[in-house]
Amino acid sequence: MFEDLSSKFDKVFKFIKGKGKVSEATIDEFLREVRRIMLDADVNYKVVKQFVDDVKQKALEKNVIRSINPGKIVIDTITAELVRLMGEKKTDIKFSNDVPSVIMMVGLQGSGKTTFSGKLAKYLKSRGKNPALAACDVYRPAAIDQLKTLGEQIDVAVYSDDSKDPVKIALAAVEFCKLNYKDTLIVDTAGRLAIDEEMMREVEQLKSKLNPAEILFVVDSMTGQDAVNTAKEFHDRLDFDGVILTKLDGDSRGGAALSIRAVVDKPVKFVGVGEKLDAIEPFYPDRMASRILGRGDIQSLVEKAATMLPEELDEKKIAKLEEKFKGNKFDFGDFLDQLQQIKKMGSLSSLMGMIPGVDRIMKGKEIDDKPLRQVEAVINSMTLKERTNPDIINGARRKRIAGGSGTSIQDVNRVIKQFYDMQKMIKTFKKGRGMNNMLRNMGLPPNFSLK
Amino acid sequence: MGLFDKLKQGLKKTHENIFNKIDKLVNAKSDIDDDFLDNLEEILLSSDVGVNTTEKIIKNLKERVKEEKYERTDQLQAILRDELKKAFVSGNGEVKEPFKVDKKPYVIIVIGVNGVGKTTSIGKLAYNYKNAGYSVLIGAADTFRAAANEQLETWAKRSGTEIIQLSQGSDPSAVVYNTIQSGIAKGYDVVIIDTAGRLHTKVNLMEELSKINRVIQKQLPDAPHEVLLVLDATTGQNGMTQAREFSNSIPLTGLVLTKLDGTAKGGIVLKISSEMKIPVKYIGVGEQIDDLQVFDKESFVHALLED
Repeated sequence: MFEDLSSKFDKVFKFIKGKGKVSEATIDEFLREVRRIMLDADVNYKVVKQFVDDVKQKALEKNVIRSINPGKIVIDTITAELVRLMGEKKTDIKFSNDVPSVIMMVGLQGSGKTTFSGKLAKYLKSRGKNPALAACDVYRPAAIDQLKTLGEQIDVAVYSDDSKDPVKIALAAVEFCKLNYKDTLIVDTAGRLAIDEEMMREVEQLKSKLNPAEILFVVDSMTGQDAVNTAKEFHDRLDFDGVILTKLDGDSRGGAALSIRAVVDKPVKFVGVGEKLDAIEPFYPDRMASRILGRGDIQSLVEKAATMLPEELDEKKIAKLEEKFKGNKFDFGDFLDQLQQIKKMGSLSSLMGMIPGVDRIMKGKEIDDKPLRQVEAVINSMTLKERTNPDIINGARRKRIAGGSGTSIQDVNRVIKQFYDMQKMIKTFKKGRGMNNMLRNMGLPPNFSLK
Repeated sequence: MGLFDKLKQGLKKTHENIFNKIDKLVNAKSDIDDDFLDNLEEILLSSDVGVNTTEKIIKNLKERVKEEKYERTDQLQAILRDELKKAFVSGNGEVKEPFKVDKKPYVIIVIGVNGVGKTTSIGKLAYNYKNAGYSVLIGAADTFRAAANEQLETWAKRSGTEIIQLSQGSDPSAVVYNTIQSGIAKGYDVVIIDTAGRLHTKVNLMEELSKINRVIQKQLPDAPHEVLLVLDATTGQNGMTQAREFSNSIPLTGLVLTKLDGTAKGGIVLKISSEMKIPVKYIGVGEQIDDLQVFDKESFVHALLED
């Protein structure tokens, strides 16, 4: 996500960390570099200027020039300012006491309102709400069809009619919700330019008629300097409640989020991180700020693993696996189970992105999930007998498995070798100290635990 | 909330006319007022031109003024305009005779990230070629996004052109193959291929674009004749990365800059043009079918400086 910014900050941080004593000129030089980094990341020109001035003033107040560790003071100041600018804590969506509670999506054309409406509906549904969608984009060709298709995919009702009048459609959708016991209505509106007076008046009217609990401004994370102008204009007209940052699965940016936050003082509530309908995540400003500074997002990773455990991993399976570990009976069937658990946590890329430092190494490149799928295919082509007794897999069987899984004999050999390696590792586990040795090898402290 | 108030105030002043600041008469000056340069920097940076390109432009401007000197502000204006125009590649690739083709079928493929306005631009392109007297066939190779087919169909109807489509989820290469085959067999003049929006960081999807290109070339070795990358004018510095990554999959022949009817200036194309030598060919200025214009660097530079 913010790889570029992180890696560049890292570089200037190293530079200033190395200085034992700094003059005001050095600080200026450093801040010029910070300014350039932020501009390259599409943070608004004015926001950058203000940010840099504030940091300098605060650093000087802390007597940075005479301190023994000036680098640390400047860096701490930047971190604190950045966190402050991002908004200090995560903000949730508000619901009203009315039925239905209306959530209105607004924004420019192509920012991703329709896709995000679908994602939000799915997200709320999985959290016990009973949402419906209203298709109020009567202008873009096939926008209503798009929302209907999304609704079908997530099994959420979509209200639309032929009236060609967004206000009428929205009001009818409210009635539809009341009749059908829907507690939340997500209203997808047409994309509009902030300077299109007629369209802006329409959306104001929607607001006054619907009295929404929440208006969300959807913005493409690749947006440049204009983000603040548009956000400000929408905010002046609608006083929206929160921001949705879409397409964050691209590379190196995020400046727009920072700028919007600074100018309209409304929190980013969710981010969109992919084209699939479950690619939605809450926005954690503090984590994002530390991510910008290159510290990674271990917390998100741990939480992801933790939330997955109760529903996805059943206790019996864990007990069975432990049993197998003890008796050294780990076989290909268990291997397959493990693979599927990992896959449930999300794509490899999104998991890797949460580990500190990995972002910079990867530079936005995606990790191919293909090898994983290949291993799966190979195991799926084994007979049950082969899975429990891997030793019987001879040349002829390998050939058959390769044919069945669409791989080569070399691929099959590699999977079998990986399996034996894993078995060996489990043996080391059992010897006691093994676990801590392994954690040390992975760079984690002894007795590290996910829970 | 000191910071927010200051910012709000600051934003109001953003687009004041840069030349108002130096309207006094000067005599054969060989340097430029710092105020003017600050103002110029602000205009360029806030139009998404980017730090490097902005610095380059200012450096060149200073050097030229040293040699050429200027007496009145309008002469300085002219020098500045000239410097900005230089960023755009001239000659090769510029649209001289819009909507005129010399091959049959003339194959155009339109690519870009999600939500930039590819399908809308295709509708407008088809309309223009149709108006120029050509028969146009559109290939709906965005088989991923929900209702993409229906959207393109509406545009095809509006422009009175034909369309080839398969169901959602089918292989885009198959659509491309069918479209080219049908374009050749039925003797269409222009074939336009719509593709699904994709982020340039998705390796598999970028690979798919290369495949589409190979499918076209297998049937028509000199095609595609035009590869247009669509950029949203609100795009920031990431536009540069987009241009670079997309051109790695299919060499680009031109850019289409959309949504210029908003407040965004699309300054990133200045950087892309000057660094990658890719011409801007068309601009989109509205949602109507005739809202596509041939790019003109003169008026682009004018809008950049004077709004």
